[in-house]
Amino acid sequence: MVTTPRETPAGRGWGGAAAAEHRTEYPVRTEEDLLEARHAVRAATLETGFGLVDQTRVVTAASELVRNAYIHGGGGTLVIERLRRPGGRGVRLTVSDAGPGIANVDAALADGFSTGSGLGHGLGGARRLMHEFRIDCPPGGGTIVCVTRWTSG
Amino acid sequence: MPILRLGDVLVTGLLDELDDRSAMAFVDELTERITREAATGVLIDISRLEIIDSFVARTLSELTTTARLLGARVIVAGMRPPVAITLVELGLKLHGVETALNAEAGMAALGWYRTRSSREGSRGDDAS
Amino acid sequence: MRPDAPTARGFVVSAIESAVRDRLIHALRDHTTEIADNWVRLQIDQEVMVSGIGEEELRGEAGQLLSALLGGLESAMPVGRLVTEHTELRETVTELSLRRARAGATPTATSLAVLSLKEVMLEIIQRSTQNARELFESAVVINRLLDAAGVLSFDTYVASREEIISRQSRQLMELSTPVVRLWRHVLAVPLIGTLDTDRTQVVMESLLQAIQADEAQVAIIDITGVAAVDTSVAQHLMQTVAAVRLMGADCVISGIRPPIAQTIAQLGLDLSAIVTKATLADALAEAVKITGQSGVPLGETAGR
Repeated sequence: MVTTPRETPAGRGWGGAAAAEHRTEYPVRTEEDLLEARHAVRAATLETGFGLVDQTRVVTAASELVRNAYIHGGGGTLVIERLRRPGGRGVRLTVSDAGPGIANVDAALADGFSTGSGLGHGLGGARRLMHEFRIDCPPGGGTIVCVTRWTSG
Repeated sequence: MPILRLGDVLVTGLLDELDDRSAMAFVDELTERITREAATGVLIDISRLEIIDSFVARTLSELTTTARLLGARVIVAGMRPPVAITLVELGLKLHGVETALNAEAGMAALGWYRTRSSREGSRGDDAS
Repeated sequence: MRPDAPTARGFVVSAIESAVRDRLIHALRDHTTEIADNWVRLQIDQEVMVSGIGEEELRGEAGQLLSALLGGLESAMPVGRLVTEHTELRETVTELSLRRARAGATPTATSLAVLSLKEVMLEIIQRSTQNARELFESAVVINRLLDAAGVLSFDTYVASREEIISRQSRQLMELSTPVVRLWRHVLAVPLIGTLDTDRTQVVMESLLQAIQADEAQVAIIDITGVAAVDTSVAQHLMQTVAAVRLMGADCVISGIRPPIAQTIAQLGLDLSAIVTKATLADALAEAVKITGQSGVPLGETAGR
C-alpha cells in the first residue's frame, strides 16, 4: 500500500489513535551515521520497554533501512518516534532519502531482489520484522519507508 | 579484531561496531591469513554481535565460501538467541555457514579438545 | 458557542474565551487551597475511592492537578486541546488515572473523580460573579476542559488495564511452554494445544535461551499434544528449527501423530531437512546419539 507520508507531525500521521511521545531526527550521510542511528534506535526501544528480542528486531530493521538509504538513496534522514496507544507502546521509524526511488516496489519487497549490494532482504526483511510497513516513492524521486513495531498486546 | 592462530586454526571474532569498510578489511585480512598460514579451520566468535543484518549475513556467507575454496572450514560460534530469532524472521539462511553454540564447542568441532574434563559431558566426546 | 477553531498551526483564542480563562486563572490562584480541600472532601463523600489511596495522597493529587490546570490555562493553547496537548496537564491526568487503576478503582470512579472537580470549580466561579452570561461562559469552558480530562482519564485507565492483561497472558504462555532438561546436553519442549505466532515466538525464545544456558547440543520439540498442524504451524516449526541450528545445536521433532503426518503430506510441506521421530523416547535416543554419548543410560528405554 502506498500513501503519502509528507506531513507527519508527531502522532497525527499514519498512526491513527497513536500519540507520539517523543520524536528525534538523525542524518544518514556517513558510515558513522549508520552506527549512530542504530544506537539511537536501540535506546528508543529500551525507553519504550521492548524485550531483548523485540529490541533486536527493531534495530535490525533500522539497520536495513538506513543502509538502503545510505547506499541506494545517497543518504537521507531517520526519524525515530516513540508512540503510545491504548494497550501498548511502540516505536516508529521513518527513513527517507532523495535517491532515484524504487521503480518496482513489489519486486523490491520480494526476496532476492537487489539493485545494489546486499542479499535483497533489506526491505522485505524489515517488513517482516515490524508490525506496520509503508513505502512511498513520490514521482519526483526519493524513497520514504515508515515502519512501526508495538509492544505485545 | 585480532586474528589469533592455534595450530591449524585461526581464531577471531566480530564486534558489534563493525562498519562496512572495516568488515571488508576484515574479510581481506582473514582470507590472506588463511592462505599464508595454510589454515584448515577458522573460528569466528560472534557472541558480541547484537544484531546481524543482511550485510553482516552476506559477509559471513561469502567469507565461508571463500575460506572453503581455500581449504579451510569456517565455524561461526556463539550467536545470541535474539539474533538467531531475528535472522530467521528476516528470512536469512546463512547458506553453508556452520554454527556452534560457543567458541569452545566450535574449537571442538575443528578438532581441538579441552585436555581436562572439568565439566560433565566432556567425557562423552569421541576423543576421550 | 465554540471559540474560533484553531488554525492549522497557530493558536487563535477568542476574546470571550480569554476573558473566561482570566477569570478561571484568578479563581484557581486565589482559592487554590479551598478548591483542593473541597475536591478532596467531595471525593471522600462520594466514596469513589475503593482503597489504597488515602486523604493525604488525594491532597497531593489535587495540588498537582490544580497547578497543571493553571499552567495550561496560562498557556496559549485553546481549551479544546489543552488536556491532550499540554504536556504537564496531560501527564498529571494520566498519572492520576494510572495510580487509581493500580489501586483497583473502577474506571467509572476514576473518571468521576476527575469530573467532580467541575462541581467544585463552578461553585467558586458562582461566588465571584453575579452576571449570568459570564457564569454561563465559564461553565462551558470548565465543562469542556474537565470533560476532556475525564475522557483522557478513562482512556488511560483502560490502556493500563490492557497492558496488565497482555502481560499476564504472556506470563501464562511462558508457564505453558516449559523447557525441560531430558539428558546431558539434551533439552525438550513438549508443545500442547494450538500453536500460533505469539506462542511460537515464546517457545522459540525460551528454547534458545535454555540452549544457551545449558549448552545444549540437541533440542527436542515434542508435538504429541498439538491439536492440529496447518501450513502456518509447520512454518513456525521450521523457523524454530532454523533458529536452533543457527545457535549451533541440532533439533529433533517428535510425536507426529498419524493424522498430522497425513496433513503434512497433503499440504505438500517439505520437512525432509528436519529430523523427525515417532515418539519422545525415540527422539531422546537419537539425541543421545547426536551428542556422542554412548551406552544406554541408567537402564532407560532411551536406547531402544
